[in-house]
Amino acid sequence: MSEQAVEEESGRIPISQRPEWADVRPVPQDDGPNPVVPIAYTDDFSETMDYFRAVYLADERSTRALQLTKEAIYLNSGNYTVWQFRRLILEALNVDLREELHFVEQITRDNSKNYQIWHHRRWVAEKLGTHVATQELEFTREIFSQDAKNYHAWSHRQWVLQALGGWEDELAYCDELLEDDIFNNSAWNQRYFVVTRSPILGGLEAMRDSEVAYAIKAILTKPENESPWRYLRGLYKNDVKSLGNDPRVGSVCLDVLMDKRDYVHALNMVLDLLCHHYQPSNELKNAIDALSPDPTPSDSDLIQRVCSILQLVDPIRANYWEWRKTTVPAQD
Amino acid sequence: MRATKTQEEQWTIQNQVFRIYDLVCHLPPHAQSVNFELRRDNHIEYLIRSLKQLGPNFAVLDANRPWLCYWIIHSIALLGDCVDDKLENDVIEFLQRCQDPNGGYGGGPGQMPHLATTYAAINTLITVGGHKSLSSINREKLYAFLLRTKDTSGGFRMHDGGEVDVRACYTAISVASVLNILDDRLIQNAGDYIVSCQTYEGGIAGEPGSEAHGGYTFCGLAAMVLINEVNRLDLPALINWVVFRQGVECGFQGRTNKLVDGCYSFWQGGVAAIIQRLRLVVSEQMGLPNTSNFDSRTESDNDSSDSDGDQSSEGASSPVNDSCQPIQKGKSNDSPRIGVNNNGYNFIRGSIGMRPLFNSMALQQYILLCSQTIKVSCVLVRFLQITVFLLGGRRPVSRQAGKTQRPLSYMLRSKRTVHLPV
Repeated sequence: MSEQAVEEESGRIPISQRPEWADVRPVPQDDGPNPVVPIAYTDDFSETMDYFRAVYLADERSTRALQLTKEAIYLNSGNYTVWQFRRLILEALNVDLREELHFVEQITRDNSKNYQIWHHRRWVAEKLGTHVATQELEFTREIFSQDAKNYHAWSHRQWVLQALGGWEDELAYCDELLEDDIFNNSAWNQRYFVVTRSPILGGLEAMRDSEVAYAIKAILTKPENESPWRYLRGLYKNDVKSLGNDPRVGSVCLDVLMDKRDYVHALNMVLDLLCHHYQPSNELKNAIDALSPDPTPSDSDLIQRVCSILQLVDPIRANYWEWRKTTVPAQD
Repeated sequence: MRATKTQEEQWTIQNQVFRIYDLVCHLPPHAQSVNFELRRDNHIEYLIRSLKQLGPNFAVLDANRPWLCYWIIHSIALLGDCVDDKLENDVIEFLQRCQDPNGGYGGGPGQMPHLATTYAAINTLITVGGHKSLSSINREKLYAFLLRTKDTSGGFRMHDGGEVDVRACYTAISVASVLNILDDRLIQNAGDYIVSCQTYEGGIAGEPGSEAHGGYTFCGLAAMVLINEVNRLDLPALINWVVFRQGVECGFQGRTNKLVDGCYSFWQGGVAAIIQRLRLVVSEQMGLPNTSNFDSRTESDNDSSDSDGDQSSEGASSPVNDSCQPIQKGKSNDSPRIGVNNNGYNFIRGSIGMRPLFNSMALQQYILLCSQTIKVSCVLVRFLQITVFLLGGRRPVSRQAGKTQRPLSYMLRSKRTVHLPV
């Protein structure tokens, strides 16, 4: 078969046959005579890494080395040594990093859950500065359209906002994601991030009132959704006493309990409130009684009864609710 | 109303899992019991085979080979077995080739040192044990490497030019602690960084602001224990978050409203196991009086029949030191960090103050069924599953000459009926 036919078939010319690499002696991997966890590398893989080792050891920061790191990355995008060396070459050659962003974008599509790729992207974006903020936000938005909870993408987006800016539309973006999927906890987390850290919204104190309303609306729509319950707590910085002082909190718990459906999170919150000196209304006490399996409770302690109900309706956490029974702070 | 993507995915998995549980539930008792046995011999055979050779699809883990060593060697040790002397020697020599002359271990020979692969290599060598293995570690250089990874935020960088997150804190602190090289320079502000990663949900995120996540929660909590600053975390909130991560499928999810996954059996289950030894700190944070009326271990429903008797013989690679001071729980750390390297050891040797707060039996059943039904074997998943299975009352055993094998299936055979959750 002619060389051209071989090239067309596999799409790859072995490095040993590339004239620009003729002066380089590849360095085989030093696994030793009796390696453990040896991997059955393909020939392409071995050869690429052998040449990589050669330029790495020689610290050759050249164009051909840059190209080689790209090939190595395609073979194993988790090789952090290759990525780090690539960064050194990019700096040495003073390459236009906008092209690099394009390369990273391309490779992220197939490897969206890889630490090295996202870290590299962050490094490139930082070098390029604030004028790529919009592009970066747009890119993560694209990722989220495929996987709205990609952890790396969310970390990257948060970093972009804090380092490069672009806060203006972020709360609206959270609205959008939550409208699409009210159970998306990453979007709730992002909401908290925006509400507490955005330089243009005024901070948690200023936003608390409207955000409590938002959370309560979400709760009433789907009381079994854990996210808005935790978000609500978060709005009061897990200070359960202040949580209890907001009448809307007790109110939403009551509403859910009276509905007698999907009330585990409501009871969880009531339990916390009660353990922090919350004074339950008669309505709340009645609602709890209505859920209690024991028609005439001998134990008048409301906290104990709430735990007992939870042990029944949330059995996977029976051990936890049992423990909560024994860890009630002194009630004065 | 249309179901959201979260709901659809959840219902799909739930149905799949329940179908399997249903199937097993309706098997006759003997057949049922077989499904809840840990296929120890199969696992060991698979692990040793993998140690000797891996297929081409493992090329994506070419920068993680110490992890492969760790998962394999440690799993074998947890199963009460060991590899032959020659293989052990090969492991030691291979890891030596991964060790960087300036300290730390890389993902393979010639690769830059990285905190995760350092963690994996060190723990492999410790599991192997013995003079040759332990003396192959260059502690002095390793300390220098750890210092280089220290970041101004108080956290650590995974490698030169790498990312900073809570994993790095744990891997660095854990390695330093177990090798007795943890000091003020490494510890300083690490607690600040980890505290800043605890989210409004109660769990811990990878970086400040990110979402609470099982893997990072384990790393953050463990690291705080090791530097004796665990009281700085809001533990009641953390506990509430982690117990809600166990789903109706009996396994754990990594984050709120996400799907269960076998690996979180370790990360989240591990968090729950650590919590069990923090009763005093937790009580103090909850404003409870410091009484000693906690349940004794023997009442725990996941104690095996002979685990108590083995207390003195297990973990015998270091002699039991009765004069070890218990760590100062619940106190702020103003005093000089004398004995900080003992934190880990003291913590493990301390008494378990509470029953597990999660449903341990359900988790064990989930794990065992995972290992029966997975078609494509996964070294990592097996390691994690075996580890957490043993969290329910057994300590990791170090290699001892002439030790007999200990099949774990008795643990389940001793239970007459299998209670599957509704």
